[in-house]
Amino acid sequence: MSENEKKLREAFASGLSLPEADINEDLQYATSQGWDSIAHMALIASLDSTFDIMIDTDDVIDLSSYPKAREILTKYGIQF
Amino acid sequence: MIILEGTIGWITGASRGIGRATAVEAARQGASLILSARTVEGLEETALEIEQISGARSRIIACDVGDQNSLKAAFKEVIGHTKKLDFLVNNAGILRDAILGMISGTQIEEVMRTNLFSVIHTMQFASRLMMTHKSGSIVNVASIIGRTGNEGQVVYGASKAAVLGATKSAARELAPHGIRVNAVAPGVIDTSMIANIPTPKMQDLMRSIKMGRLGKPEEVAKVICMLASSYTSYVTGQVVGVDGGMWL
Repeated sequence: MSENEKKLREAFASGLSLPEADINEDLQYATSQGWDSIAHMALIASLDSTFDIMIDTDDVIDLSSYPKAREILTKYGIQF
Repeated sequence: MIILEGTIGWITGASRGIGRATAVEAARQGASLILSARTVEGLEETALEIEQISGARSRIIACDVGDQNSLKAAFKEVIGHTKKLDFLVNNAGILRDAILGMISGTQIEEVMRTNLFSVIHTMQFASRLMMTHKSGSIVNVASIIGRTGNEGQVVYGASKAAVLGATKSAARELAPHGIRVNAVAPGVIDTSMIANIPTPKMQDLMRSIKMGRLGKPEEVAKVICMLASSYTSYVTGQVVGVDGGMWL
């Protein structure tokens, strides 16, 4: 697992207040437990802070799953 | 009593009037500040005044809050400067008076972009920074006109009424994250914004102020600083009138 993948998992765990063991490729906004609209904003704040970026609002809306988060972060120069 | 010791705050529209008075008062109360306005000229004067009072150096950002690209660039500069934001004061605003039949589409867009859209965008941004620390305070500067309305101020009144709605809705959303959102609604304050009010209208206004005098920018600034500080740690979603009893 790359360093950034590890950081992504940690950011998800912290933002969604879930144990790291529960972070997986199947995580989806609104359907996975713990990932509601309030947690979503905490997740974005966590990703911003972890990767030292500012995710655009359009991407905040698009970020609907764990794999999608990886794809979006790539746009900000984060390599996995 | 120093109520903002060790805090970092961002004040928009800080080059004059209520914004400048708020910046000076916040610095006096111990805050480190990021100051923004359309041009750096007035900001430099505010920053100098702060330095003379508290010795603190403020970060200056030229930003037109009505222009989304300018605002985005400002956000990036704020993030580059600090990873922590304790309070945000949304003060930037414009006044474009016109009677209902004489309001142009351009005027509506300009006022709404500056007075309302910018407030929503800066709250979006600031709340993300504040969420990482699970605390923060946002103070939006509305107006008594957003509560009572006024002839010739349909657009301005609408924009400020909308700020009150945005404040209350954001307060509900952000409370679980430990972030408070409040507004002040100044009455007739002695700033350049009232310079063009015709004398008969001014006399009418004076008669409606129960305390019988204009407010000072410093009097609004003190309320804003109180709301920004932990002295009001259990206050959110409120609109505080600073109007000498105009709205009772």
